[in-house]
Amino acid sequence: MEKVTLKVFRGDVMGGELVTYEVPTQPGMVVLDAIHYIQKNIDGSLAARWNCKAAKCGSCSAEVNGKPRLMCKSRVDEYPEGVITVTPMRAFPLLKDLVTDVSWNYRVSAKIPPLVPKPEVAGKPFRMQQEDVDRVQEFRKCIECFLCQDVCHVLREHDRKDGFFGPRQMVKLAALEMHPMDNLNRREQLKNEAGIGFCNITKCCTEVCPEHIHITDNAIIPLKERVADDYFDPVQGLLRRVGLIKREKKQPMDSVPNEQTRIHTESLQRAK
Amino acid sequence: MENYETYEYDVLVVGAGGAGLRAVIAAREAGCSVGLVCKSLLGKAHTVMAEGGVAAALNNMTNPDGTKEGDSWEVHFVDTMKGGAFLNNWRMVEIFAKEAPERVLELEQYGAVFDRTPEGLIAQRPFGGHRYRRLNHVGDRTGLELIRTLQDKAVGVGMNVHMEVTLTRLLKDGDRVVGAFGYYRSSGKFVVFRARAVVLATGGWGRMYMYTSNSWEGTGDGVMMACEAGAELIDMEMVQFHPTGMIWPPGMRGILVTEGVRGEGGILLNSKGERFMFNPEYMPPLYKGQFAETPEEAERWLVDKKNNRRPPELLPRDVVARAIYREVEAGRGSKHGGVYLDVTHRGAEYIKRKLPSMYEQFHALGNLDITKEPMEVYPTIHYAMGGIRVEPETGATSVPGLFAAGEVAGGLHGANRLGGNSLSDIIVFGKRAGDGAAAYAKTVEHGTIDPAQIEEEVDYLLAPLEAQSGENPYQIHQELQEAMQKHCMIARTEKGLLTCLEKIQELRRRAQNLKVDGDRFFNPGWHAARDIRFMLKTSEVIVRCALERQESRGAQWRLDYPDRDDAFWGKVNLIVTQVGDQFRIERRPLPEMPAELKALIEKYGK
Repeated sequence: MEKVTLKVFRGDVMGGELVTYEVPTQPGMVVLDAIHYIQKNIDGSLAARWNCKAAKCGSCSAEVNGKPRLMCKSRVDEYPEGVITVTPMRAFPLLKDLVTDVSWNYRVSAKIPPLVPKPEVAGKPFRMQQEDVDRVQEFRKCIECFLCQDVCHVLREHDRKDGFFGPRQMVKLAALEMHPMDNLNRREQLKNEAGIGFCNITKCCTEVCPEHIHITDNAIIPLKERVADDYFDPVQGLLRRVGLIKREKKQPMDSVPNEQTRIHTESLQRAK
Repeated sequence: MENYETYEYDVLVVGAGGAGLRAVIAAREAGCSVGLVCKSLLGKAHTVMAEGGVAAALNNMTNPDGTKEGDSWEVHFVDTMKGGAFLNNWRMVEIFAKEAPERVLELEQYGAVFDRTPEGLIAQRPFGGHRYRRLNHVGDRTGLELIRTLQDKAVGVGMNVHMEVTLTRLLKDGDRVVGAFGYYRSSGKFVVFRARAVVLATGGWGRMYMYTSNSWEGTGDGVMMACEAGAELIDMEMVQFHPTGMIWPPGMRGILVTEGVRGEGGILLNSKGERFMFNPEYMPPLYKGQFAETPEEAERWLVDKKNNRRPPELLPRDVVARAIYREVEAGRGSKHGGVYLDVTHRGAEYIKRKLPSMYEQFHALGNLDITKEPMEVYPTIHYAMGGIRVEPETGATSVPGLFAAGEVAGGLHGANRLGGNSLSDIIVFGKRAGDGAAAYAKTVEHGTIDPAQIEEEVDYLLAPLEAQSGENPYQIHQELQEAMQKHCMIARTEKGLLTCLEKIQELRRRAQNLKVDGDRFFNPGWHAARDIRFMLKTSEVIVRCALERQESRGAQWRLDYPDRDDAFWGKVNLIVTQVGDQFRIERRPLPEMPAELKALIEKYGK
């Protein structure tokens, strides 16, 4: 039987190392299958997240040979050299083995209010043309695997989670900002709390997106332009002041109640 | 004994798929404090797997002559009853069909972005067993749209989320459920929740089968926790086999191919190239005359739905699954033991637009371009029709303080669920259970929890870590999967079921003595030890009910009782309760359907 060699990170905050496993292969096998084989036959305590095994849920994010990927979508035969290194996402605190604490993403996401329908359509069926929602639907393909967050320099190298919401939340904000029926002024949040200015458009997020969302080109750059139009463009500012162009009137951010959602996580303390 | 954290909420919702999240929103809007517990990260529940759409009779679609198709809650009611072979709880189906449209439109207000019709309304697609185009959809990722919409809305209304917590026991004060106990998957620490009302929205169970579209979560813990707490279960023999699961490559076996492929014109072929669904043997009498009888008519239906009948590939799931099984048994299977599903004639551009995630799934995982080649498919375990018996109006179970909604609850789908009805189920009954739990919570104080219940569960959980020797839970799981796959799958016999039952009992004995390595810190082996015990008990209930029902109806296909017996079995549900360590099965008469609903079936059922 053909075999593949996996080097899997085993460890926790106290330290760890790559452990080598030999796993028999079968046609169509993915890295997640190999991890399951190890759990079932070699070491049941190997920690890894997964759910759907069909690239729909975004749970099994890890770094395969150093690249952020979904393990369920990484075919073993893509690595003909026969050695595959699997390590946890680096931008988030390690819990154990391949599992990291991604709860920050949920806390940041909770700061973004959901859709606020325009008063004239509130409580009524929307009338929207397909071409008006195509772009929004692209953003809503996001499966929240957080691979874009993992690869983002601002979060990964500079650890500026205090200042930048990250590419995933830019996509979420773009879906709301470009929704034909949304009535909340999202640009305030984009400029300030969400820190869109931190992004320097290296497009690494777009490259790793398993849903092929054009994160940089279709979400972040247009959002940057909208923020610039509103806050920084002197010509537009002048034209607005003399009434030649009108800014679309939307509700300010603080008009919606900020309900407290708490995301509990149990992280680094071991139970005895 | 170690200290454990305790949290207190008016309403505790267990499970963060669509039903759980919709219950959170309802309970919050009713003014309750709400805690949400999920086994995985938020937004990863099985709801994301749903592809085809959410069924609701919005009647948005028009015929070529400009008239509306004419869908209504009445037709949806009849289609659902027929699809469930009339074992459904009529009142649940009535509520469901009436409220689904409102719940779908509400999703749009929450931020869901459905595909649109040329008039700018929500687009609807045809699906098996639905008379009209009724599935409101977003390409083939409707479930993702639902869960993300509900997740964002629930976060917006405010709740406390406990992610990656597995609950293993409901806590009681006398007859009443007053909380739940479990552990954090990451740290392994124990945690107690006190609540005035608990909503179970834990989804289904499929992990006891070898080929399943279920993730590791589908172990039957929710349904068994309820049963252990005294709740009645209903129709547990009814387990749905989705007709089209991937069969090749082996690593992908069991993963779903959406029914949307057939809704968009995909055809089923055997190894001889025959479109076997036209074989009159496979046409159930109930549906005779309602489906196209020639491939030409089926082709015409793609463009003119008013003047042509739909293709037989769109018969209900149980019918299509049995036909595929019989083709393969008769030696007319595909290269890898399934049948072919071909959609290539619709053209690459159309397929990529309407079925983008199917295209991607086969392209990336199967090395197959579905715009150029047919897929190979075979039935896979998919959904549990049975579950906890609930009151239609409130989702209340037979235990005070305990509510249930979604797949873990039974009664709505009868003997077979129509595609698209699960997504409307979770939003309709998720809301009702949330409302029901909130109303109940306002009438009661927090209960008292006897620590002995917790200590007993702690000992039970820790035993496999402390054992010097014992069985490996993964090994027991594998043997269970082999037995269930072989004997309790699509075609069942008394002999096979008895063999399976014997095996389950042997495994239950062996599972009393488990041993796992490592500690409690994110240890999947330790988690598996508790899961396998839930799976074994759930499997036993399925097999016992399958033995009890001596007829073929919906998903229950008994080779030794091949006929549907409306005179006797068609009049009873099987109700399961746990008595001591045994299960008791009662044949309970179906509630009498009111005359006006019977008249609807007369009117639209033919």
